[in-house]
Parts: sequence; C-alpha cells; structure tokens
Amino acid sequence: MFFKSTVPGRLTRQSVMFSFLSLAACINMFALFSVCTFLLWNGLPAISWEFLTQPPAKAMTEGGIWPCIVGTALLSLGALAVSFPLSVASAVYLHEYAGRSRFAQYIRLGVNNLAGVPSIVFGLFGMSFFVIHCGLGISLLSGILTLAVLTLPVIIGTAEEALRQVPTTYREASLALGATQIQTIARVVLPAALPGMLTGAILGLARAAGETAAIMFTAAVFFTKKDVDSLFSPVMALSNHMYVLATSGTEIVKTMPLQYGTALVLIALVLGMNLLAILIRDRLQNKKW
Amino acid sequence: MTVLSHARKEVLIRRILAGAAGCSLLFLALIMVFLFMEGLPVFSIVGVKDFFLGFAWYPTSDPPEFGIFPLIVGSVAVTAVSSAIAIPLGVMTAAWLTEIAPKTVRRIVKPVIELLAALPSVVVGFFGMVIMAPALQNWLHADTGLNLFNAGLMLAFMSVPTICSIAEDALHAVPVSLREASLALGATRWETTVRVVVPAAFSGIGTACMLGMSRSIGETMVVLMVAGGAGIVPHSLFDPVRPMPAAIAAEMAEASFRGEHYHALFAIGMVLFLFTLAFNIVAGQIAEKNRQALD
Repeated sequence: MFFKSTVPGRLTRQSVMFSFLSLAACINMFALFSVCTFLLWNGLPAISWEFLTQPPAKAMTEGGIWPCIVGTALLSLGALAVSFPLSVASAVYLHEYAGRSRFAQYIRLGVNNLAGVPSIVFGLFGMSFFVIHCGLGISLLSGILTLAVLTLPVIIGTAEEALRQVPTTYREASLALGATQIQTIARVVLPAALPGMLTGAILGLARAAGETAAIMFTAAVFFTKKDVDSLFSPVMALSNHMYVLATSGTEIVKTMPLQYGTALVLIALVLGMNLLAILIRDRLQNKKW
Repeated sequence: MTVLSHARKEVLIRRILAGAAGCSLLFLALIMVFLFMEGLPVFSIVGVKDFFLGFAWYPTSDPPEFGIFPLIVGSVAVTAVSSAIAIPLGVMTAAWLTEIAPKTVRRIVKPVIELLAALPSVVVGFFGMVIMAPALQNWLHADTGLNLFNAGLMLAFMSVPTICSIAEDALHAVPVSLREASLALGATRWETTVRVVVPAAFSGIGTACMLGMSRSIGETMVVLMVAGGAGIVPHSLFDPVRPMPAAIAAEMAEASFRGEHYHALFAIGMVLFLFTLAFNIVAGQIAEKNRQALD
C-alpha cells in the first residue's frame, strides 16, 4: 500500500480497521441482547403461576403450558440418560485406548459427520427407523432415542476434551502403583474428568430441549388430553408448541401472549442451562491440576 | 483375583467400550440406509434428471410433479445470503477477540457469542416472523416480509457463533513468535493481523466457513417459518423461497405413508444429507491438511 506508507497514515488505517472489527463484535452482542430483551419485554406479562402450571384451555387460546414443560423435560432428560453413558464410554475408548488407530479414526470421522447431519434428517431417520421400523409409534420413546442420537456427538466431543485435560502423570502414577488400566480409568481418570463431562451433559440437555425438527414426526403432538403415562404415549413439547401456535393455529393474533410466554420459558430454560455449563467450564479452567 | 482373570476382564471391558464407540458409526450408517431405502423409490416415478432439474414442485396436484430444482436453488440462495453476512461478521469478531480485545472483555464476550449459538432455532424463527418480517415490509416495502433476505439474516444469526468460535481457535493457535517477528520488522498491529496472522490461520478459517455454511443449509425451523414457502426460483433478494428442509418439514405430515410424495420427501432428505456431508468432508480435509502443516 504505497499511498499509506507514512507512519501516521498506517496508524490511522489501523485504528479505522480496528474499529470495524470492534463493530462486528458489537453487532453480535447486540443481536443476542435484542432477542433477549424483546422476548423478556413481551413475554414477562404472559408469565404467571397459572401459565406455568395449567394445561391449555379453550381450544388452545387460553390456559398454560404445563404439559409442554413436562414433555420437554422428559424428552431431554430421557435423551441424556441414553446418550450420556454411551458418549462417556465412546470418549474413554477413543482417548484412553484407541489413540490414533484406524478404527478410532473411522469413529472420529463418524462422530464429526453425525454432528453435521441436519436435525430434520434426524427427524426423518427417527420416523422411518424408530417410529415405523421398530414399531414404537409417535411416542416419548421414539423422541428420546432420536434426540439421543442427535446429542451423541456434542457429548462425545466435550467428554473427550475433559479426558484430555486430565494430566498424563495421574495415569502414570496410578499404573506405577500397580493398578490395571481399568482401575486407573475408573478410580483416577473418570473422577478427575467428571466435572468437565458434566458440561457436555448440560450442553446436550440444552440442545435436546431446544430441538424442534427432530421431534416433529417422532414424538410431539400439538395437543393431547392424556397425561404422559408411559414411554409409548405421544407428548407435547415447548418447541413444537411454539411452532404450531405461531404458524398454523387458527387464532394466531389471539394467542400472541401465549406464544411470547412459551418462547420466554423455552429460551430461559436453554440459555440458563448453557450459562450453567459455561460457569462450570470457567471454574475448571482456573483449576490447577 | 488372579492376574489372569484381570487380563480377561480388561479385554472384555475394552471390547464393550469399543462397541459403545462404534454406535456413532452404526447410527450414521443407519441414517444413510433408511434415507436411501425410503428415498430411492421416487426414481421409479420420476427420472433422475426430471427430479433434480424439474422446475415444478406440485406434489399434491394430479398428476403430481416432483421437480426439486426450485427447492435446491432456495437452499443455496439462503445459504449464500447468510454466508455473505455471517462469514465477514464471524471472522472479524474472531480477529477482534484474539488480536484486540483486552483479556477481561474477552472473557465476557466469548461466552455471550456461545450463548447466541444456543438460541433454539424455533425462537429465532419466531423473532424473524414477528419482528423482522413487519420491519422489512414497512422499511423496504417488500411484498412480503417472509422472504429470502429475512431467512438469510436469521440464518446468519445462527451461523456466526459457529464460524466465530472455530476461526478464533485457528487465530489463537498462530504462534506468538510470528506476531512478534512481524511487529519487530516495523509492521503495525493491523498489518500483522492481515498479512501474517490471518494467512497463517487461513485453513482454520476455511474450516470455520464450511461448517457455518453446513449449519445454514441444514437448518430447518428458521427457513420453515420465515422463508415464505413459495416453491419458485427467486428473482430478487426479497422473493419468498422454499428451501429443502422447509419442504420436508411442512409436507411430511400430509404425505401418505409410503406414497409417492413420502418417497419424494425422503429423497429431498437424501439430497440434503449429501450436501451437508460434502461440506463436512471438505471442512475435515482442510482441517487435516492444516494439522499436517503444523506438525
């Protein structure tokens, strides 16, 4: 840049460019801030004890969202119960046993690609495999299993990262004392890595709670009178409830407060869990091994 | 317990763990098998060429027409718009985080951007419907606020955090000695950033962009709610479109089980899967090359 070769010129250029970069960062902050403010502003008036604890009433135009909260909680906790043990086992295998072996490389490739599969494709898969092929029907169980597959890569990733953080000296010390590899993993490595894995579990839980496309054809219904009494009953869920109210309800304008309220509950749930995960991770990073 | 039984136990547990790890691979394979099993039969109804290049998507008319070209164009268009916004924004934010931001500010901003990634897509779609759509109609006098531009903007929202955090890792990994060498030669910090740090992290930034685009093209709820849903090839930024995920999500409920429409929707899922797979493989290749270069 010959025309800017004077020192003041180059410094001016630097401050102009740096302010562009700062602006970009500000835009992102502003985006999150505006979405949250907007939802709080419009959603808070709709929130009441009745809204949180009552089922919908008068053809979905009044009442609360209690069954949706229950449904979302069951779906995401169930998914976590399936995928967490599986993910921890995978991560232990990948990090403690397999290293860079060929099989491990294939698994890593699989996990990475599974992470990139669109959620609607998980929905299609869940429908054709769990709902139809396995004969589970549109049910809580189908939704749990679909969401479990969807959250696998998230939790495996963080669990492996947590194992990586445990210093090698811990393992060496344990092995030197005569412990077998299994004993080392179970009594030394896993306890040390557990808080880190917890972050992954929370992130997986949040991801499952916010998911819509994957449960549309596998678990969620807009309305069911019945309480969820078994793994085989269809459930209502916050995300699906929101989508249907906002797009295909017959009284879109009339249900506006309900939509805002549902959105606020959903976002508070998901962002709250993420914030918790971030706080735990932050404490761990400051920890001295 | 004898030493021998210990050894046996070790082998057994190792196998169980390997089996658990194999599950991810198994599920990926099952996803492919079931998509193809339910999707491929559509080609006995329409030809491969008519399916991919046909301009008419009228699955419910009689006789039905299954041309997904407008849907593919819709998906590519929203991804292009979203990338045009999200890539500069994400990379610039990443550069700001690593090169300029003081440590304390960075510790706050980084988690905030991660939180942005956690916003449920249905909420982002809702925001696009009730805030952006009327705004676009009022300010820009667009015929409908639910259009290509709105969808691209909302998708950019969702892919910025992906791009930003991966690009940040890449920039962060550039050795400090490179920066110091450049500064010692008299370059300003901006010159160092643009001519030394960014080129050194180029492949990492490339991975970030590919993964961001993969996220945009596969995102469902946002395009379902704000893209407008018209199955036409758009002529302007403010035309409504119907990207592939939106078509699947909107129509699956009304398609009869294992009917022509059902198979056609699975075939779209197949195409979508292959698109994202391609993005991910390219991203993986770039990352792999980068690792070898660093080694």
